Amino acid sequence: MNLNKVKLTLAQLRCGQRGIIKDFSTEDVPLKLLEMGCLPGNEVEVIQTAPFMDPMYLNVNGSHLAIRKETALHIEIELID
Amino acid sequence: MSKQINVALIGNPNTGKTSVFNQLTGLNQKVGNYPGITVEKKEGICKLPRGLKAHIIDLPGTYSLNASSLDENVVIELLLNKNDKDYPDVAVVVSDVENLKRNLLLFTQVKDLGIPTILVVNMADRMERKGISLDVERLEEKLRTKIALVSARKNTGIDELKEFIINYKHLSTEPCVNASVIDPEYFDGLRSAYPNQSLYKLWLVITQDVNFGNLSRNELAKTSGFQTKSESDLKRLQQKETILRYQFINGVLKEAMSVDARAAKDLRARLDRVLTHKIWGYVIFFAILLLIFQAIYNWSSYPMDMIDVAFAQFSEWTKNNLPAGAFTSLIAEGVIPGLGGIVIFIPQIAFLFLFISVLEESGYMSRVVFLMDRVMRRFGLSGKSVVPLVSGTACAIPAVMATRNIESWKERLITILVVPFTTCAARLPVYLIIIALVIPDRSVWGFNLQGLTLMLLYLIGFGTAIASAWILNRILKISSKSYFVIEMPNYKLPMLKNVGINVVEKTKSFVLGAGKIILAISVVLWVLASYGPGEKFSNAEEIVSVNYSEENPVSEADLDEEIASFKLRNSYIGIMGKGIEPVVAPLGYDWKIGIAIISSFAAREVFVGTLATIYSVGSDEEETIKNRMAAETNPILGGPLFTFASGISLLLFYAFAMQCMSTLAIVKRETNTWKWPLFQLVGMSVFAYIIALTAFQLLK
Repeated sequence: MNLNKVKLTLAQLRCGQRGIIKDFSTEDVPLKLLEMGCLPGNEVEVIQTAPFMDPMYLNVNGSHLAIRKETALHIEIELID
Repeated sequence: MSKQINVALIGNPNTGKTSVFNQLTGLNQKVGNYPGITVEKKEGICKLPRGLKAHIIDLPGTYSLNASSLDENVVIELLLNKNDKDYPDVAVVVSDVENLKRNLLLFTQVKDLGIPTILVVNMADRMERKGISLDVERLEEKLRTKIALVSARKNTGIDELKEFIINYKHLSTEPCVNASVIDPEYFDGLRSAYPNQSLYKLWLVITQDVNFGNLSRNELAKTSGFQTKSESDLKRLQQKETILRYQFINGVLKEAMSVDARAAKDLRARLDRVLTHKIWGYVIFFAILLLIFQAIYNWSSYPMDMIDVAFAQFSEWTKNNLPAGAFTSLIAEGVIPGLGGIVIFIPQIAFLFLFISVLEESGYMSRVVFLMDRVMRRFGLSGKSVVPLVSGTACAIPAVMATRNIESWKERLITILVVPFTTCAARLPVYLIIIALVIPDRSVWGFNLQGLTLMLLYLIGFGTAIASAWILNRILKISSKSYFVIEMPNYKLPMLKNVGINVVEKTKSFVLGAGKIILAISVVLWVLASYGPGEKFSNAEEIVSVNYSEENPVSEADLDEEIASFKLRNSYIGIMGKGIEPVVAPLGYDWKIGIAIISSFAAREVFVGTLATIYSVGSDEEETIKNRMAAETNPILGGPLFTFASGISLLLFYAFAMQCMSTLAIVKRETNTWKWPLFQLVGMSVFAYIIALTAFQLLK
């Protein structure tokens, strides 16, 4: 399996890891998410996760918010090392 | 007098908008409701220099003008309706310096409506600590506005803001963003269909479900034959619009703001590491709850004892100093004890509102939402249900309204249905007096037993709410798409002024609201208890005296007391009470408690007042409510009426029964049908009866 072809989603990030939002894998992105700053091109950092990695506490471009894992699964990202 | 300037305060949640409102208006404010809906409307008067005045309206917090709740709708409806008497001459958008980027999204939308708009950058005192530097002039020029750097906490910048408000006519009304570039063709069509309307307003009307004067979305499609787009197309355009606005904002901030990340030594991160920790986070949350309930119980007992004694003395004084007669006894035996029954709980209610207000102001409540979401979801609730469930400990009415930010309808409905199980302030009076009567005042491991019982009752309330949510989640077949986004605001030291105003306002409206009902009920009860039909009531003296003669003497006082209780038993209320006694006797109650329970269906807190009124009719001594209750005996079983068994049964009945007309009315309004409130009324009350019955029969 070619790892490069597997799309990485926000849900796979661990605490302290960062990434760049690339795209949304659903047409049905909640508008509120965009309004809170969750836009393609923005940097996102996982600050904390609740037990079972759900929900996730994020810092998106200086904006702090929490979303559920089911939403994070639809946010494709590129990892920053 | 010159005309007042209408000012609308707009802003994201957690920007300190209310602090700015409080600084501008002081205590010169009033809280009401928008007509027809239960959204809180806060307005106030602000004195400006040169004898001018501004009428300030504090609109509900919103992240954008794309409304997703009733509260947010209020903002848009006002901004779109030029004929509204509150339509702002000038809008003040309050932003938080640390979240300027996100806050500016709303700013650009408001500005694009063509309303003169001032930008407040709040919490400016934090800039240095966060390593933020702002080029205010540059920002003003780019955004075409005036900017006030405000610190509501340090009370700076408010005078500057007032100057801007006075000079609102000089503000530019040029838009920030030309939204029509997201779909030029579509917007051209709009423009030619409605040449006289502002394009951005039209766009908002199309994408929202709000009224726009006499132009609503449906009419828009009907009148002109202008084809509006499908919902998913519109949604895509809204997303494009949001991205466009952020592009503009990024460009502006790149030039006008710089952040030195190294200077930002963050308390937030350190606090979050502990407070949202997978284990410590929960431990701390429950410790805080325990602390709150212990504090409420211990701290407020002193003022409460004082109030209790004061009311008993006041009642006695009235009796001795006003001319004797029906009116005096109505005051002394009906009104004063009835009111005493609610005034005595002001300390506790105030403490409760104080704690809730501090938890919300400090930003901690969002951490609780984060911690609890996963757990709550298993029960069909959302993490956001925690806020209604916790504020339900004050009052179910604001709690039901606080469910509005829950995105999924099913989660929201379940939250509304189970919230009345949480222990609201109105149950406190009942709990406290019963606990004082039947639970020993002893300490075990440093915890007061009475305080622990109270805590246990709160836990039972929460537990029942959660358990019934789990059941409802299985039963209710509602599919609703759910997503969940919550802002995690920065931690803030709560401002004394905000908390103070909040506590005073909430306590006042609770006491006044309950006071009116209690006053009315205690007058009715007094009349029913002081008059009776037929011979037995009017000839009470003779009937009772017959039993006594020279051979069987009785003291004057005992005779009086016996006559009084004979009269009470044969009064209207006594007859009614006897009628329901068979229903309540299996729970361990006498007819007086039965009457108190029936009248509690108007509002629970009526219980204590009702008993106070019933017991004081005909009794001469100055007594506190508690002592009177302790002296009551059980008519069937003998011995004291309030035993451990009947006390626990009564506590459980009040824990579960749906006895609050106002909550039912609010639930009807929020769910738009009588189905759900009736479901609550019947379901909860039947459940309460069964549990109370079981408890008494097992314990007696």
